Amino acid sequence: MESGKIRILVVDDETVVRDSLASWFEDEGYEVVTAESGKAALQKLQEGKWDIGLLDIKMPGMDGLELQRKIREIDPSIQLIIMTAYASVQTAVEALKNGAYDYIVKPFDPDQLAHLIGKATEHKQLTAESERLKRKIDDDEAEQPVIGESPQMRHVMELVRQVARTDSTVLILGESGTGKELIARAIHNLSARKYMPIVTVNCGALPEGILESELFGHEKGAFTGAQYKRKGKFELADGGTIFLDEIGDIGPKTQSDLLRVLEEKKITRVGGTHEIEVDFRVIAATNRDLETYVQEGKFRQDLYYRLNVFIIDLPPLRERPEDILPIAGHFLKKYNLAMGRRVEGFSADAEKKLLAHDWPGNVRELENAIERAFVVCESNQISAACLPFGASESTSSDSTESLSDVERRHIEKALIKNGWNISRVSRLLGIDRVTLYNKIRKYGIQRPEQG
Amino acid sequence: MNIIEFVEVGRIPSDLFRRLADATAQIVGAHYMIREQPLDPFFALLENRGQFNSTDIVTRLRDLKSSNSMRIVGITDVDICIPILTFVFGEAQLGCCAAVVSLHRLHQDFYGLPPDPDLLFRRAVQETLHELGHTFGLHHCPDYACVMHSSTTVDDIDLKGDDYCVSCRATVEKCKDRAQQAASS
Repeated sequence: MESGKIRILVVDDETVVRDSLASWFEDEGYEVVTAESGKAALQKLQEGKWDIGLLDIKMPGMDGLELQRKIREIDPSIQLIIMTAYASVQTAVEALKNGAYDYIVKPFDPDQLAHLIGKATEHKQLTAESERLKRKIDDDEAEQPVIGESPQMRHVMELVRQVARTDSTVLILGESGTGKELIARAIHNLSARKYMPIVTVNCGALPEGILESELFGHEKGAFTGAQYKRKGKFELADGGTIFLDEIGDIGPKTQSDLLRVLEEKKITRVGGTHEIEVDFRVIAATNRDLETYVQEGKFRQDLYYRLNVFIIDLPPLRERPEDILPIAGHFLKKYNLAMGRRVEGFSADAEKKLLAHDWPGNVRELENAIERAFVVCESNQISAACLPFGASESTSSDSTESLSDVERRHIEKALIKNGWNISRVSRLLGIDRVTLYNKIRKYGIQRPEQG
Repeated sequence: MNIIEFVEVGRIPSDLFRRLADATAQIVGAHYMIREQPLDPFFALLENRGQFNSTDIVTRLRDLKSSNSMRIVGITDVDICIPILTFVFGEAQLGCCAAVVSLHRLHQDFYGLPPDPDLLFRRAVQETLHELGHTFGLHHCPDYACVMHSSTTVDDIDLKGDDYCVSCRATVEKCKDRAQQAASS
């Protein structure tokens, strides 16, 4: 099959069967070799790789069933088709139970034979493709996410490995941009569900009505504009993992629906009447203090307990400064590759500047800073001037100011400087737009009256 | 000489037989001759199945081929098969000089439909070209419109075209040239 031609091995003790099948398969463009006995077939198997084997069930000496077992031991990837007469259909059924692809009753209808060989070929190709993809997933899994080498992050990776082996719900806490999704993917990739999908839902980015339909899907005509039936994210994650990002931002109605789904593992599409069973693992993440939310009545306590099974707390970048330069180095490699550049590293003053910065937007902000430096910098070394933040920012603040004061002031300054262009400011700060909106609301930052 | 020899295997309407030989030879770009003496297929009868062994017929045709023809094609109205298959529309030995085509399952009546002589003729020409193609060394062609495309039902035959595709045609021409050279040397 490597050369593109399907190789078929026909095993039958009757010369006329072997010859006529060989001739028919040759006309069809297959490469075909025949064997008159089980022993001869095993010899052919040593000589090369075969895609499909047609085995007669009744042969003197080693019969088809015994041959099937021996072939399976040598090469389980061969698609075996059992040839039988009417009298031995029962034996053919036994062959199917032993893993044969199918059976065909003699004499064959040419159309049926053509279809069977076509289907077996397709099955063989799909199996090979699936094997290749699994190998690729295994290779990807071997690549650990680049999150740093600090003791805090080593501990986080230890927790990831521990929890990945189980099917427990995981709650990832951490500021915006600390790499919560990366950790969720690492858990999924190390789990038994790794060959199934991981589906991400950004709960904070969607209004409640739309989020409900995103999560649970909808039936045709469920609401205006629902022209087609649509599967929700839970259904798409069947067999795999669902990653619910910004879980702290969902409204009370969705909280209650979500609780029911997590408890019963059954969903009902919006506008639907019947329940659909789904098998998923939940990983949720938030940058909110859920406990306080529970106390304030903004988040259901029962849902909190349902999610709070295993917590992974991601420390912000400023609490692990030893990770800044290694992560910056990783992004340097990434953008060298993506932009076809050969930037060799950071100048001493650039390194100093990177270490001095507070990184309110965490790793995401760091990545954006490096990307921007690649655009601005023309030399083969990134200098301090190429970095998009002032060296004085982190040191100029009054030491009596609280962290949130500094953040509020920083956001306000960025908004004014960029004419309240939310997209640009969120990009510059290295946070997403939803988080920026939330922070504007949280600090009560007002847009100045125009004119 | 590029001559295709046509033989009646059993009895078929003589008008249809001649038209078929004429049309097929014209598309292949060869001359044709008709063997006066039909071949009785009785020797190939498989009594338990009520069908005739096409491999035996092809073998017999190969022995009958005149020295001045490049290919021999038997046309029959009986139902033919190779023993492992329930039926075949025709059989040829790949790259060999003989082929047989059966009209039995090309008739609309076989499927309980009203007779359609034009459709029967078209199918007969397509199948004869197809089997001749195998004698020229052609495998089944992935091009749906090519007469060498695989067909296991009459619907498949009706879907394909009435001629070889460019690639198959090139092989046919090469074979004819070789036959011509062999004949003249």
